[in-house]
Amino acid sequence: MGFHYATGTTRWAFGSLAELMAKATPPRSGDMLAGIAASCAEENVAAKLCLADIPLRRFLEETLVPYEADEITRLIIDTHDREAFAPIAHLTVGEFRNFLLSSEATPEAVSALTPGVTPEMAAAVSKLMRNQDLILAAKKCRVVTKFRNTLGLPGTMAVRLQPNHPTDSRAGIAASIIDGLMYGSGDAVIGINPASDSLPVIADLLQLIDGLIARFEIPTQACVLTHVTSSIELINRGMPVDLVFQSVAGTEAANRAFGVDLAVLREGREAALSLKRGTIGDNVMYFETGQGSALSANAHHGVDQQTLEARAYAVCRQFKPLLVNTVVGFIGPEYLYDGKQIIRAGLEDHFCGKLMGLPLGCDVCYTNHAEADQDDMDNLMTLLAAAGVTYIMGIPGADDVMLNYQSTSFHDALYLREVFGLRRAPEFDAWLQRMRIAGADGRLLRQEPAHPLIAWHEA
Amino acid sequence: MRPPVVEDSWKRLSRTTQARIALGRAGASLPTQEVLNFSLAHARARDAVHAPFDRDKIAGEIEALGFETLFVASAAPDRASYLRRPDWGRSLNPESQALLAARKSEACDLAIVVADGLSATAVHNQTAPLLAAFKPYIARAGWRVGPIVIASQARVALGDEIGRLLQARAAILLVGERPGLSSPDSLGIYVTYDPKPGRNDGERNCISNVREEGLAHDLAAFKLAWLVDQALRRKLTGVGLKDESDLLLQSEGRPAALSER
Repeated sequence: MGFHYATGTTRWAFGSLAELMAKATPPRSGDMLAGIAASCAEENVAAKLCLADIPLRRFLEETLVPYEADEITRLIIDTHDREAFAPIAHLTVGEFRNFLLSSEATPEAVSALTPGVTPEMAAAVSKLMRNQDLILAAKKCRVVTKFRNTLGLPGTMAVRLQPNHPTDSRAGIAASIIDGLMYGSGDAVIGINPASDSLPVIADLLQLIDGLIARFEIPTQACVLTHVTSSIELINRGMPVDLVFQSVAGTEAANRAFGVDLAVLREGREAALSLKRGTIGDNVMYFETGQGSALSANAHHGVDQQTLEARAYAVCRQFKPLLVNTVVGFIGPEYLYDGKQIIRAGLEDHFCGKLMGLPLGCDVCYTNHAEADQDDMDNLMTLLAAAGVTYIMGIPGADDVMLNYQSTSFHDALYLREVFGLRRAPEFDAWLQRMRIAGADGRLLRQEPAHPLIAWHEA
Repeated sequence: MRPPVVEDSWKRLSRTTQARIALGRAGASLPTQEVLNFSLAHARARDAVHAPFDRDKIAGEIEALGFETLFVASAAPDRASYLRRPDWGRSLNPESQALLAARKSEACDLAIVVADGLSATAVHNQTAPLLAAFKPYIARAGWRVGPIVIASQARVALGDEIGRLLQARAAILLVGERPGLSSPDSLGIYVTYDPKPGRNDGERNCISNVREEGLAHDLAAFKLAWLVDQALRRKLTGVGLKDESDLLLQSEGRPAALSER
């Protein structure tokens, strides 16, 4: 069934809810690539005006990806919580924006809505929001998760320490870990992207971080980001797996391209839970997502990439993750062309994820074939910190020497702490003070070459 | 008085990695010199993305190794459209399609494709040494190899169409990886069993960061041979085929083909 909207003498027609959503999306290269973007600026705004009048309920009646053809749609519809939805069931998309920005939308009220908000509703309202709305509304969402420390408390921001090395050298990876810890990073996770997908190499890296965490009693968790089936196999072989990682997307077919489905994710989570390695919580999953992955796998069903990204969060929330990371600028300029598009997408993803109850962090990043540079990253990380982002990446000098892209650095995290007064996860904060890395104010202390962490690397 | 820069006391750890560790700080921020070093590296990587592909030079080097070569091009007419339209980079242009179809070649075990990808510099620097290291494995296994296809403005999935047209049991695609700040010339290798249009990335195995400072050519060739052997035996690639070649390296030391060279 179609939709119409008149702007002056022009009458715009939209053939379906999916088409309306795509045309209401702020401009981005991926939707143009898919051939579903608005044809001109006026059609873009006409679609937003039209979308603003759509009742939220409509998204429960008209699915964007067919129920029969897609297990993610079935997950969204079958797990929708009507009771949580009741307070907003009478609202249109435009009214939902007004509500989220109002003083009635307290953190408690917004959190209570979470199970009633479908990804399509979150995506729809985000399309009507300016960047400042995405920041303000996300700031109201509180999401706290735990494994060996507490992430997501108000006034905190965590950092994933990402110590990648192009050949998975133990010494090289260990050096970057030490660098990160000495810069006060690593409370979200010490997470390595291995260059190799070889199980013995990954097992060796797991033992490396496990040994370090045990030796210094670091209140954090480790992850080697490999395919969920590899993690399951490593758990079966008795390896110390804290968090099970997987990249996920918003359609069944896109997940199939990643070699996963809901069943194998469930299996991965159960395997990690069976190890009982969390000391204060059992959020054992780490997911990564990013706009454009479904189109990249030819699995987008004519739906815009931002809505599909929000659908990926429906997959994530089913498995109670410790961390979810939108790797916003990694995929390349064919999906997010430049700094402006990357910044917008990062804020949308963070808002949608938080509204859906997820511990959303952001890999604020770009590749060398995109029209972006470190100034764009400064802008996005600052906006995300204002929005209460759960965590960002910490990479030595912001230069990932294995994945060949630029992200955020340990220094960047310190900059955000200076500007916003943000602290680390409390358990990790206390550890840094015990180790005389940071002072009571959270600022770094001057170091001597004899620090035990440095000595550990040289041993 | 000069404003203070805090030096990091673990600077000597940086001999173990190219990562930008122990940079020091001005307050909590990067020292001026490090900010500018980063800008210079970014400028070089940006330039590498747009460097032209010298396919004649590559063809000469490959032929000198005793392989036959062929030129093809994707449907992307130039670099700008290549960057915006990955779908064009994944299919052959009509002339190239006709060229491969007209060969009516006999079926082969391996189609080898050399694709410029996002760094022609990587292909220029790594292709010949990698193929030279891989050649002895081809001979030993007796794999039948089609002509080496040199593809311009090409993405990974272009190997599927080429592999199908050459009736190959598996496709090997060497591709210039997205340039990084410290590695503007790193090569990726993708292996796809039963290549045909429509294959997805979960159905491939990948060896990345092939360059002298990363995964050296002889090791990369060893891993590639292991993957190809497993792929042809087990009739699959992708998530169902885990790379355990390192086990072999650990248990048997350097493989024969590596020590011979």
